[in-house]
Amino acid sequence: MRAIQYAAPSTVEDAVAILAEHGSDARMLAGGTDLIVQVREDARDTGVFVDAKKIPELMELSVNADGSTTLGAAVPCHQLYNDAHFTATYPAVTDAARIIGSTGIQGRASVGGNLCNSGPAGDTIPPLIVHSAVCNIAGPDGERTVAVEDFCTAPGRNVLADGELLVSLTLPKPPAGSGSHYLRFIPRNEMDIAVVGAGAWLQLDGETITAARTGLGAVAPTPLFVQAAGDALVGMTADEDAFAVAADIARDAASPIDDMRGTIAHRKQLSYVLTQRALRGAKARAQGGSPTNGH
Amino acid sequence: MAIDTRVAPKIKHHDEEYKVIGTRPIRHDGLEKVTGEARYGSDINLPGQLHGKVLRSPHAHARILSIDASRAQALDGVSAVITSADLPDPGDKLTTGGEAPGLPVKFKSANMLARGKVHYHGHAVAAVAATNQHIAAEALKLIDVEYEVLEPVLEVWDAMKPDAPVIIEDLYTAKADGTTAEEPSNVAAEMLYEVGDVDAGFAEADLVVDREFTFGVVHQGYIETHNATANWLKDGHLHVWCSSQGAFTIRQELADLLNHPITKIHVVPMEIGGGFGGKTTAYLEPLAALLSQQTGHPVKMAMDRADVLKATGPTPGGYVRVKMGVTNDGTITAGYANLAFDAGGYPGSVVGAGCRCVFAPYNMTNAKVEGFDVVVNKPKTHAYRAPGATHAEFASETVVDEICRTLDIDPVEFRLKNSAKEGDWQLAMPPYPRIGHIECMEAARDSAQWQTPLETAPGKKRGRGIASGFWFNIGFTSSVIAKLNSDGSVTLLEGSTDIGGTRTSVAMQFAETLGIAIEDVDPIVADTDSVGQTDVTGGSRVTFATGLAAHNAANDMKDQIAEGLADLWDVAADSITHADGTFSANGNSATVREAAGLLEEEGVFPIGKNTVTPTREGGAFAVHIADVEVDEETGKVEVLRYTAVQDAGVAIYPPYVEGQMQGGVVQGVGWALNEEYVYDDDGHLLNASLLDYRMPTALDVPNIETIIVEVPNPGHPYGVRGVGEVPIVPPPAAVANAIHDATGLRMSHLPMSPPRVQAALAAQA
Ligand SMILES: Cc1cc2nc3c(=O)[nH]c(=O)nc-3n(C[C@H](O)[C@H](O)[C@H](O)COP(=O)(O)OP(=O)(O)OC[C@H]3O[C@@H](n4cnc5c(N)ncnc54)[C@H](O)[C@@H]3O)c2cc1C
Repeated sequence: MRAIQYAAPSTVEDAVAILAEHGSDARMLAGGTDLIVQVREDARDTGVFVDAKKIPELMELSVNADGSTTLGAAVPCHQLYNDAHFTATYPAVTDAARIIGSTGIQGRASVGGNLCNSGPAGDTIPPLIVHSAVCNIAGPDGERTVAVEDFCTAPGRNVLADGELLVSLTLPKPPAGSGSHYLRFIPRNEMDIAVVGAGAWLQLDGETITAARTGLGAVAPTPLFVQAAGDALVGMTADEDAFAVAADIARDAASPIDDMRGTIAHRKQLSYVLTQRALRGAKARAQGGSPTNGH
Repeated sequence: MAIDTRVAPKIKHHDEEYKVIGTRPIRHDGLEKVTGEARYGSDINLPGQLHGKVLRSPHAHARILSIDASRAQALDGVSAVITSADLPDPGDKLTTGGEAPGLPVKFKSANMLARGKVHYHGHAVAAVAATNQHIAAEALKLIDVEYEVLEPVLEVWDAMKPDAPVIIEDLYTAKADGTTAEEPSNVAAEMLYEVGDVDAGFAEADLVVDREFTFGVVHQGYIETHNATANWLKDGHLHVWCSSQGAFTIRQELADLLNHPITKIHVVPMEIGGGFGGKTTAYLEPLAALLSQQTGHPVKMAMDRADVLKATGPTPGGYVRVKMGVTNDGTITAGYANLAFDAGGYPGSVVGAGCRCVFAPYNMTNAKVEGFDVVVNKPKTHAYRAPGATHAEFASETVVDEICRTLDIDPVEFRLKNSAKEGDWQLAMPPYPRIGHIECMEAARDSAQWQTPLETAPGKKRGRGIASGFWFNIGFTSSVIAKLNSDGSVTLLEGSTDIGGTRTSVAMQFAETLGIAIEDVDPIVADTDSVGQTDVTGGSRVTFATGLAAHNAANDMKDQIAEGLADLWDVAADSITHADGTFSANGNSATVREAAGLLEEEGVFPIGKNTVTPTREGGAFAVHIADVEVDEETGKVEVLRYTAVQDAGVAIYPPYVEGQMQGGVVQGVGWALNEEYVYDDDGHLLNASLLDYRMPTALDVPNIETIIVEVPNPGHPYGVRGVGEVPIVPPPAAVANAIHDATGLRMSHLPMSPPRVQAALAAQA
């Protein structure tokens, strides 16, 4: 029988000290909707639970002087979609926050937890990628930043070393005329893990695309930043032909596996379809409308 | 989405008017269930109780070379470790209880705790009892089992190959002609049913459609996991509290497996959070009993979700081939079917039931049906709501739809023309009694959904499908004991576990017969010491058979009341009439309530009782209509609208009948679209969780419109037919036929999951 310890530090420094002391036996506890389930199911052996929710920096949601947003690592999903500014500014992220689990789960589940769990299918990660989020990390050696697309390294793994924690994410202020959308495919209509997820962000000048980013989930060991797809769109008219070009690139970028949640062929096809649909939704939002094709 | 609160339509084909039957009273168990006071197995906690846990096989097929539990036994807090060596050798005994009696007890015993070999991933190998669950879990990790891993055989078509590894070395096929095979194989049994001359029938046909279908394994998906608490007293009395569809069945199995006298075994059925056929057999009960015997303490055990999915009895995957011949005017001339179902790790699949249902909706003059019960390295399969019928009729109803399309005949007209009716041949059974397939088909034709053209939507592929379903239902034995209380109320003890609301539907029949209000009956599900023999709640039998026992018990009580009154009134008992709950003779009259008071003064307390084994269960038909939309780009199928029509005989308690119909549809839609066991090549079950074993959620099904048809069963005083199972039968075929209507695709595998539909669409393009 395993005894566990619970710590609730109130500063980042204290959290770092506890994490550093216990090494891989310690884990941050945000909403616990991944961690507690995994420990219960014997999928993770954790002896020290370090609660993130008493540390002000991790619970912060604020707009900075330069218009960027600081999203504390432990801020739960429900806070995001109840925040009008955040929802209007980073709609792809709230698209994800709204579909994680259920209302109950969203009361606990955090974006930071979703990212640090580093599952290939984590729903908030492609949206963070398309919004060019940056991870603010603290550790025994001080602070560092990592682009969100470089954060995950393998299923369940990321760049955090022992003693390090994610403090917050910085989301740059999107330029005028831009919009984003995230959607996923699940066989049911709720309570499921993405078979494929796709996020897209577009900036338009009239009908012309001036900047674009797309991302995919569940088609590789880590969520993917499909840079080539976004790059290809720049300068093109935001129409079905352009979206098909980007979707083709996304399909090629996907390197999925066959598992109980989907097949390679199906995931390849979904990478195409969902990228296309995400781009349509991003375009609609960039033009002040809203996506019409599903969630 | 608006919630439809209308009382669903009912189409009566009889003139009976009842006082209690057909009304919608408050269910007797309702308050306890909504307040959480109802007691389930997990609510049992006994002084000094220990906690048991099961060690399960990590391999699908392996020989057990050794089990060393010494490290576990040495752990502080561990009281006992058991393996198959602790179970008595059952010899050649055969099982007697449950839905499928007559199987060797040795297989059941080996399924409880693996004997020499493990036959599937998750097979129980050992069990421990410890002072708490954590220590028990820790102890499992300290049991050292040495395995020799063997090649697994996962699908029936592989298992039936002559060179397939043989899973049970001494299994010799029981052949259809009554002989036994010379060489061992994975085929436990073959069956053959024939009527007329199929060759001549096919020769007469203008069109023959011959198709093959395959199936994944599906689980019943009851929400309450298995649990059992056992207390083995020093004098040999064994008390067991468990979640089961049949307390008497569990008692019998415990007697068989533990070689213990049945009189010493007392099983208390707790409230049950779903069963659907999956709780008709013991899993934890014998282990808890043995652990209790060895430790001298009560032992409580409960499965987690992964255990349930891995190691209880899902319903088979397998293979069905259906070939049907018709003339150009749409008359069926012949049918041939071949069904091979996986029994799982030990013999005894539901293939025989599938055989009986495959052509059941039709008047077959020439038919041949072959069945194969095949052992594979998967959990021992079990019944699931109309077991076997869904597979069989998915195949035949898809073929019928193809015939209708090819001949351009309306699918309703075709079915009406060829429908089975009273007096027609029924496979392995006497000819049909009065049945209601035609009436259901007519009601479906006249339904709002069938009469409303499918709404098209630009860029969307939509389609409509219709399918019939049949399930024969089961009689078996039921008992009721009814005690008249001095205030005229009745305490009604019945042996049937209440899964679908049968307390109320049984009590209503009693109240109708005795002529009292339903509120004056207090129905109680009694334990094995307190009521007569009652078989499993299964086969849609409880409202039919236990209801009949209640009716008979009410008549018995009526006679006793009349006899008591005869003394008081000084008249002959048989001169007393009973109408509308009032006894009268010779100017005297008394209601049941008044009679109870009068008899109390005389020291007379009538107890009506009855044990009955009816055989005229009647059979149930259903016709379902599904509208679907197929996302051509993703392969996802959305059910837009659904109507379920069903012959209930007479609906005793209509809300429960509607609930059964809707529940069956939900499960059938889940089976149609997503549910299946996913295995890797080594036979490991990959999706033993409700996240990845995808049952429908509330957002995955539309409101299900129900139409109850009443064609009374002549084999029951109130015309009851079982209603619980047949509604799962038509959905996969109705959905498949709708998918075809939308896309032109003929899906031949269940589930018709998005990757499969998308792959089929891609292949079509
Ligand atoms: C019923 C259910 C449904 C779900 N549905 C979805 C879904 O639809 N989509 C989806 O993507 N996920 C889903 N999840 C998974 C989970 O809810 C999400 O990943 C959620 O965002 C995790 O956030 P959390 O705050 O609960 O994280 P926690 O469980 O607290 O933490 C997750 C991991 O991140 C680590 N961690 C947390 N915070 C930090 C930090 N600041 N620094 C370093 N490491 C940290 C933890 O140690 C842990 O390993 C579901 C879970 C459940 C139980």
